[in-house]
Amino acid sequence: MQTVDLQELGLRGVNAALHAQAADTNQTVWTIENAKGSHAIACGLDAPIEVTVKGSTGYYCGGMNQQATINIHGSAGPGTGENMMSGKIIIEGDASQYLGATAHGGMIVVKGNASSRCGISMKGVNIVVQGNIGHMSAFMGQSGNLVVCGDAGDALGDSCYEARFFVRGEVKSLGADCEKKEMREEHLTLLQGLLDEAGFDFKAEEFTRYGSARNLYNFDVDNAGAY
Amino acid sequence: MKSHDDKGIPHTSPRQSATFTQDVNSDIRRAAATGIYDIRGGGAKRKVPSFDDLLFMGASISRYPLEGYREKCETSVTIGGLHAENPIHLDIPITIAGMSFGALSGPAKEALGRGASAAGTSTTTGDGGMTPEERGHSNKLVYQYLPSRYGMNPDDLRKADAIEIVVGQGAKPGGGGMLLGQKISDRVAHMRNLPKGIDQRSACRHPDWTGPDDLEIKILELREITGWKVPIYVKVAGARPYYDTTLAIKAGADAVVLDGMQGGTAATQDVFIEHVGQPTLAIVRPAVQALQDLGMHRKVQLILSGGIRSGADVAKAMALGADAVAIGTAALIALGDNDPKWEAEYNALGTTAGAYDDWHEGKDPAGITTQDPELMKRFDPIEGGRRLKNYLKVMTLEAQTIARACGKNHLHNLEPEDLVALTMEAAAMAKVPLAGTDWYPGKPGTGF
Ligand SMILES: Cc1cc2nc3c(=O)[nH]c(=O)nc-3n(C[C@H](O)[C@H](O)[C@H](O)COP(=O)(O)O)c2cc1C
Repeated sequence: MQTVDLQELGLRGVNAALHAQAADTNQTVWTIENAKGSHAIACGLDAPIEVTVKGSTGYYCGGMNQQATINIHGSAGPGTGENMMSGKIIIEGDASQYLGATAHGGMIVVKGNASSRCGISMKGVNIVVQGNIGHMSAFMGQSGNLVVCGDAGDALGDSCYEARFFVRGEVKSLGADCEKKEMREEHLTLLQGLLDEAGFDFKAEEFTRYGSARNLYNFDVDNAGAY
Repeated sequence: MKSHDDKGIPHTSPRQSATFTQDVNSDIRRAAATGIYDIRGGGAKRKVPSFDDLLFMGASISRYPLEGYREKCETSVTIGGLHAENPIHLDIPITIAGMSFGALSGPAKEALGRGASAAGTSTTTGDGGMTPEERGHSNKLVYQYLPSRYGMNPDDLRKADAIEIVVGQGAKPGGGGMLLGQKISDRVAHMRNLPKGIDQRSACRHPDWTGPDDLEIKILELREITGWKVPIYVKVAGARPYYDTTLAIKAGADAVVLDGMQGGTAATQDVFIEHVGQPTLAIVRPAVQALQDLGMHRKVQLILSGGIRSGADVAKAMALGADAVAIGTAALIALGDNDPKWEAEYNALGTTAGAYDDWHEGKDPAGITTQDPELMKRFDPIEGGRRLKNYLKVMTLEAQTIARACGKNHLHNLEPEDLVALTMEAAAMAKVPLAGTDWYPGKPGTGF
């Protein structure tokens, strides 16, 4: 295992060391100490390595991640896992706004709560939050799954496309063109798989599914009031 | 028409309103019939103060000229040397602006790459991501990082020679985009992770940052991901050029791309194009002032766009302090857009060559702003690339001609002192004297 001190090595030093790991590296386990809320930690990784960040992180930790698993032993700042393509990010604490913005793939697990605009413009990522999420989450969400074991704030799924939302608790309000949907067998299977993968002990049957009503897919002047 | 009524009293001649013109009335009728605003491509069509209102004075007794064809007049420019390990070196200061794949066909993108590379300059991706056609044929490719993040992925990001964070566009400062369902082919849909045939909205602001403090962190992230190798540009609309340029520099940009209201768009509401933003002429001096106030002029490059058409426009932009320009609409025209040879088909679409701007409908007779496979066949990317190269060469020769006449051995040596203005407005905006005077409105010490 490699242990690096962010304050000693500097952000560039740490990220350069992580980026230098080829796909067939045997240095697969890394610990970053003294994160102290720094921005852009472990962003742009592209190797199947496992990175643990000790402490809370600033903006964009794990941004654009490919393949790597990143554990954040603290809370995560805005835009964590933005545009992630694959791999996994596990946040022990809470996540700030724009979690997993535009992310295309992989999984983000939050053991605490996630703030507003969680999963904004999500494009295929799976996000599983054990607690609650804030307002305007999954705004313009295109695809992927957002699983919320607690409650969701105002305007969930506003202007969403094909992303799916599963909420166990209350939804304060649904955004424009987002509606409650029937939970079919395929959804229960999918959701149970996501919960198991995230390591959360909930039953898929306890959740409600939401998604796009698809009324705003092609502009129609009679819908103008909905925007 | 009868000039008198039955009693012999003369009719007044029919008088058209200057307020309710035929154009205005047709807009009202269209709105009344459809219930939806007009969306179109292109830039502002109204007349605004422009580079046409400036003239070069040329050489005289106090300034001697350089010999055309004999004495050298350099045109190269380096962009992004401030923070990036690998700045971009261009032979000419005329770049190709970002235009989305989706709005343009794959072959049109290829032609832009071919023409720009042959002329020694860069091209830029656009909304919708990077296509292999474009990467393959562009020696220097700038990758746009847009609010929609359609097609955005780290593999393409790492293939780019520079990154351009798009905050705004001159045609629509504060506006997002819309690619209507009819232009969403399988390929476009796949690149954007959306179902085929539905309208695709491009967000008006970035999903994971707002404001100058966040921008600084976003730039840091992009640099970390690309190892501090490639330059990072920030593109802003000509809204508040002094402050936007200042904030972009402070956030750590290597270059600022500034786009005036004449700048083209693939598709935006007409009301937006015509009524929001400032003319290109008006935004250069405030941006250059911001660079100078921070001691960053010529260190952070200023790339100006919006209605650049000729070598004269290039020379004027550079004389006012820009390091380079970018062209969109003019490049499309060089490729063959709006060519009168398609007049019969333009007429069938209810328009005429030169006025065709319904690029969002995907029916472009010239086969450039379309995803229709049949129309696309009309456009030959090799021939298109050759035409663009020729056009870029001509613009460069024109700019050199002017620079030599002003005694300059590099386009960058052109200066505001080489210019006069034809109108008070242009004098005030460009801060160069009204022709025949030594005065411009707002000149310090003059009291006006
Ligand atoms: C067809 C078309 C598509 C465009 N797409 C984009 C885009 O995707 N992103 C962007 O920042 N600007 C886009 N623009 C604006 C150009 O980058 C540029 O700012 C503008 O064209 C410059 O003005 P000009 O057309 O007068 O040269 C587009 C322009 C056109 C004409």
